[in-house]
Amino acid sequence: MTTSHVTPSSLSSVASARTVSQPGTALLGNGLETRGVHAWFGKKHVLSDVTLDFAAGTVTALIGPSGCGKSTFLRTLNRMHEFIPTAAMAGEVLLDGKDIYAPGIDVTKIRLRVGMVFQKPNPFPSMTIGQNVLSGLKLAQIKNSNTDDLLESCLTRAGLWNEVKDRLGEHGGALSGGQQQRLCIARSLAVEPQVLLMDEPCSALDPGSTFRIEETIADLAKTMTIVIVTHNMQQAARVSDYTAFFLSDGGPGEMIEAAPTSSIFSSPQNKRTEDYVTGRFG
Amino acid sequence: MAIELKERPTPPAPRQITTKPRLSDQVFRTVVTIGGMASLVILGLIAIFLSIKGMHILVDEKFNFITESRWEVITDETGEVIEANFGIGAMLIGTMLSATIAILVGVPISVLSALYLTFYANGKLKKVLISVIDLMAAFPSLLFGFWGFFIFMSSAEYWAKLINKYLGFIPLFDVPTPIFERSPFIAGLVLAIMIIPIVTSISREIFDQTPLDRVQAAYALGATKLSMIKAVVIPYGRGGIIGGAMLGLGRAMGETVAVYTVLNVVYQVNWQVLFGAGGNVASLILLKFGEAGPYEVDALMAAGLILFLLTLIVNATADFLINRFGGKGR
Amino acid sequence: MNKVIPAPQKPWQPTFIDKLEDVAILVGSLGVAGAIVKFTGFNGKLGYFFAFFFTLLVANFVFHFIKRGMQAAKDSILQVLTAMAIFVTLIPIVSIVATVVSKGYKGIHWGLLTKDMALASVNDPIASGGLLHALVGTIIMVGGALIISFPIGVLTALYLTEINGKLARPIKFLVQAMSGVPSIVAGLFILSSLIYPVTKALSGLMGSLALTILMIPTIARTSEEMLRLIPNELREAGVALGGTQWRTVAGVVLPAAKSGLVTAIILGVARIIGETAPLLLVSGGGDSLNTNPTSGAMGSLPYYIWKAFLTGGTPEAFARAWGGMLVLLSFIFILFGLARYLSGRKVG
Repeated sequence: MTTSHVTPSSLSSVASARTVSQPGTALLGNGLETRGVHAWFGKKHVLSDVTLDFAAGTVTALIGPSGCGKSTFLRTLNRMHEFIPTAAMAGEVLLDGKDIYAPGIDVTKIRLRVGMVFQKPNPFPSMTIGQNVLSGLKLAQIKNSNTDDLLESCLTRAGLWNEVKDRLGEHGGALSGGQQQRLCIARSLAVEPQVLLMDEPCSALDPGSTFRIEETIADLAKTMTIVIVTHNMQQAARVSDYTAFFLSDGGPGEMIEAAPTSSIFSSPQNKRTEDYVTGRFG
Repeated sequence: MAIELKERPTPPAPRQITTKPRLSDQVFRTVVTIGGMASLVILGLIAIFLSIKGMHILVDEKFNFITESRWEVITDETGEVIEANFGIGAMLIGTMLSATIAILVGVPISVLSALYLTFYANGKLKKVLISVIDLMAAFPSLLFGFWGFFIFMSSAEYWAKLINKYLGFIPLFDVPTPIFERSPFIAGLVLAIMIIPIVTSISREIFDQTPLDRVQAAYALGATKLSMIKAVVIPYGRGGIIGGAMLGLGRAMGETVAVYTVLNVVYQVNWQVLFGAGGNVASLILLKFGEAGPYEVDALMAAGLILFLLTLIVNATADFLINRFGGKGR
Repeated sequence: MNKVIPAPQKPWQPTFIDKLEDVAILVGSLGVAGAIVKFTGFNGKLGYFFAFFFTLLVANFVFHFIKRGMQAAKDSILQVLTAMAIFVTLIPIVSIVATVVSKGYKGIHWGLLTKDMALASVNDPIASGGLLHALVGTIIMVGGALIISFPIGVLTALYLTEINGKLARPIKFLVQAMSGVPSIVAGLFILSSLIYPVTKALSGLMGSLALTILMIPTIARTSEEMLRLIPNELREAGVALGGTQWRTVAGVVLPAAKSGLVTAIILGVARIIGETAPLLLVSGGGDSLNTNPTSGAMGSLPYYIWKAFLTGGTPEAFARAWGGMLVLLSFIFILFGLARYLSGRKVG
């Protein structure tokens, strides 16, 4: 982990340089809330009692050392958690006030509203760049008559349009890693989600590509709610409005502290948060 | 860079690392390599010996051996061969006919079964089903043959009559006389049942290798199982499935005993799949072998050679496809 | 501070109501199919099956369409199709096992293991003959094939895993190609290379040799898989301790793969134990006990079954044949169970 040379003051200055989005201002729904979420893999309790609100139109960073349950928590937010056969959970995840785990809820509709970008860029190799962006429409059988405009707007918002506009017919695998990741972001945008979950989207990328993605995140935050898991505290400071710190002391992961990003890095309330953000461990 | 080198030194040539193996290792490697060559040697010997016995028939008959459909040996009182005509055209057609039916029926069922095993079944049920299907793949063809003859035939005959009744206007489903027993159709179905476990196993292994990140990406975009399978699993597994189907085709083409029992092996060209006559190359060899004189045996060797080469080609293609597409991106 | 930890739940799993709905659709479809068979032109098992199949498809489609819309409806179609496919796959295996057991038990008696068919014809009463000769013949021929193909198969596997030279890819390919050689061709090969030019007589040894050709690919492939499961550290540790490659393979790799190699033997035996076509050509069909593989025709289980079916016509002959089949199938079950038991555990 690259936290050893970070001082709290430098991080908080980065964080306060961002203007905090005003929650609930845009027509973005009422955001995402969790109520007492627990998660298990088999008998192992990996996440305990997380209650956290993600206001619409904000960027929230989930930070913490490896194995603290932050990725698991992220995956409970759009029901990707259940793909692990032994997985179990408890608690509620409310999207616009409705529990996404309630019986009778169509899980595919939830995942349309809560999109996800993965750690490793994973474009569909059998599809061209253009087809990749529009794949969500095909997968969810959404009719859209104006796919050309949608293609351009998604790629533009993902910051990729200028680089690929002449090669939309090429296969996604021909792009660089950073471009592939932005392609994956464009792909999630095409189905117009309310919330975008990002699971360490830059961990496999070089600094230049990371920078481009962070710019993209800042742009996207105007129109949607973003939750990003990151190992990189400078990144959390640069891109997020709010930060939640997760930690596991050998038992299940817990959320230690959640606050506006600037105050997490300048005046953490909890000793363990302070130790982590000042690089004393992790 | 602050420091610049004025000239780059030419990099030294990489050192050649040589290890002189000890004598015991030399012996070991030699023995293992010789043993490893066994498959090459055996396949070569098969081709050579079948050619030695059968080649003169092929030279005599030339292409007629493949295209013509005659199998006649005329001998005088002393047993000398006066005239002989050999052509396995009818049997090649029969081989293709029954194997094609097997593929058309067997492969879709296998692929769907494999999808069920990979994406629907879980836990204990999945384990049990996989064991049962693997066990079925180990059943001898003798068992399929006699089960097909005694148990399956009556049902299949009834289905054949139905097809003939409603689709008889299509020449393929017409029959010259209403004999529906032991037809290529029934042989094809029994072969389909034989290859289903094999093709299912291969398809399942290929589906299992579908990269999880792509599957998750599809689900995260709101895909249902159907649209995920269409967008991710099928493009990924297509080549491998075709390879698996080819492997099934090879098995169906070379099958002897099961075809011999459920097909009325008659030496005639029969395109009408529901009519009870036909055969394949392997069952012809078994049928004619018992009563064949030395000259005819050579012709059977030639037929065996053709069958050997045919299955070799099919299996080679299958292997190529499975290796090429089995573990790779598209 | 004591926190109350809620019980883990799996809210994504189908609820009791969901399962009830599925069962209701299934039962309903069975009923509708029955009605269709009763009141329309459909009849027989096949008619019932198709009626049921289409009713189930339609019922699922409509149900999920009303509940969740088009997407879910289409999705349910695939689920019905795949479930039906696995059902269709299972019908033959159930039918085969049921047939062999229900018809075969009549042909089983104690005399099977003490008598041969030298003095009995297939149409004689069951108790007057046995399959001693066939059992002995199969054991001798399979054993002989095993003695030859095990070393060759394992050497091939060792070449692929331990030496892994330039020829590894072509050899892998050839082994695969060899596994596709039709069994009758293996018989013809032994005829053309040994029986006609050399021995001029059928014998058990020739049967063994023909079976060897079919057995080598199975043993080679299974052994290769099993040897690949041996972690490389083990080999490196062997070499790092100053062992030669030969000592490492003989002292570390092969012992570690022992149960894997036994699995390879078992699967190889299962592959050839029921093989019929080549034996009909090269080992002849002995009806009396012959323990000498080098001279004289030698009986075998598959031949015993083959002859009883093809030359007999009485209930006794069929009982005999199915009885032989039951013995053969039992062998396969036992071999398969053993292989599962051995390879299910960790190799080593």
